[in-house]
Amino acid sequence: MNPMVQRLSNFFTELGDLATLVLEILRSLRHQRPSWRDFIYQLHFIGVKSQSVVITTGAATGMVLCAQTYFQFHKVKMDTATGAVVSVGMSSELGPVLAALMLTARVGAAVAAELGTMKVTEQIDALRTLGTHPVDHLVMPRMLACVASAPLLTGEAILLGIGASYMIGVNLLGIDGAYYFANMNRYTIPADVFSGLIKATVFGGIIALVSCYKGLTCRGGAEGVGRATTEAVVASSISILVVNFFMTLFLTRLFK
Amino acid sequence: MIEVRGVQKSFGSQEVLKDVNLEIQKGEAVVVIGRSGGGKSVLLKHLIGLFPPDKGQILVEGQDLACMDERALLEVRKRFGMLFQMAALFDSLNVFENVGFVLRRRGNHTEGEIQKLVAEALEMVELPGIESKKPSELSGGMRKRVGLARAIVYRPEIILYDEPTTGLDPVASDRIDKLIRRVWKNLNVTSIAVTHDMKSARTISNRCLMLHEGRIYATGPTEEMLSSKDPVIYNFVNGISLTQVDPH
Repeated sequence: MNPMVQRLSNFFTELGDLATLVLEILRSLRHQRPSWRDFIYQLHFIGVKSQSVVITTGAATGMVLCAQTYFQFHKVKMDTATGAVVSVGMSSELGPVLAALMLTARVGAAVAAELGTMKVTEQIDALRTLGTHPVDHLVMPRMLACVASAPLLTGEAILLGIGASYMIGVNLLGIDGAYYFANMNRYTIPADVFSGLIKATVFGGIIALVSCYKGLTCRGGAEGVGRATTEAVVASSISILVVNFFMTLFLTRLFK
Repeated sequence: MIEVRGVQKSFGSQEVLKDVNLEIQKGEAVVVIGRSGGGKSVLLKHLIGLFPPDKGQILVEGQDLACMDERALLEVRKRFGMLFQMAALFDSLNVFENVGFVLRRRGNHTEGEIQKLVAEALEMVELPGIESKKPSELSGGMRKRVGLARAIVYRPEIILYDEPTTGLDPVASDRIDKLIRRVWKNLNVTSIAVTHDMKSARTISNRCLMLHEGRIYATGPTEEMLSSKDPVIYNFVNGISLTQVDPH
């Protein structure tokens, strides 16, 4: 077969398999009671343990964005608008996207590697012989934990980013604190924060779905696990960036 | 009880099972022998629905596994237990959680009952008191015995063994063989194993099937099969290859 046709065929086969996994997750949600024990464990691993990396990313982004915006706005004497730019940018775009990318690197890779190792060591087959569907036991708790954690982590990243930008803007760059805060309040509308949190929830679902899929379909020993992990991170990251663009268009119109 | 009719299976261009037909009755202890890479494990995984056949039927008490989806298969699999080649213990769980996994998932036992049943299963495989150990702390033989405890704790009707003695020293292999024999007798189960270990085949089975070139080549009582003069069976049982040795 022509290599190009082969690639296209593989792409559509993967899309079909992903759709089947989504259907199986919906079936599992409808028919199976999620295990609270597994959900809490995953919530701790995905949500609680990811806080440091997400908070650091949020704070660092807020500080850099504040400094760069200030340097440009200062030329046209618009220093006090810096807070508004940082706040809107962090809430609707940078907060959800960067938090999701960090979550992909930390959680997506771990999930794909764990499930991939389980696949190649026959642990998933063992699960099936014990009358347990891998989607019920492995995918559901991770999916629920990712979807629940992502908006909370994003909220933290946004808050820390805005807080850090305020500290830098007011204490280091000399912007008037009262104007900084007032402009931020004036130009940041609830829709910015809502759209950021809605995006984060969708991104959490994408991370869990892609990583679990790559892990469950892993083949070929240690090399296969490595490949599945890389593919999970790359595919999740690209999906997040693409979906973000379309969600921005859609949510902007929705909240208009 | 289990009937395989005209099963074919290929992986890519490699045809592993060409036309497999066999029948296994309730309470039998059967071993499938054959060359490495000859499709024994693939056949075993078809019996429990882990692989769907490309063609043919797998009937368990009249139900065709080939026509079922994964959720329907989960119900049928409750009648089966399986010991994997490398035991396939869940490495994030300790021994107690591994062995009691099914009992917890099914949710019809109290925690006290689960502890009692797990302790009994571990006693049966001669590993009492190791509940808190992690799979990484166990030797290969111990892992297989824990895998066996996990397979028998919920009292299945049929137990499948995928190369139960592969990778073990002769003493550990003998121990596993005797445990398999004991489980078959004491729990009154149907036992189906695949192996290329002839000593093991003698101990754990009453009937032997030989899988050769994707088909069941011969079947019969284990002792008769292992002493057969048929060249294919004889060469396999006695480990004779057709490769010529260069005299120089």
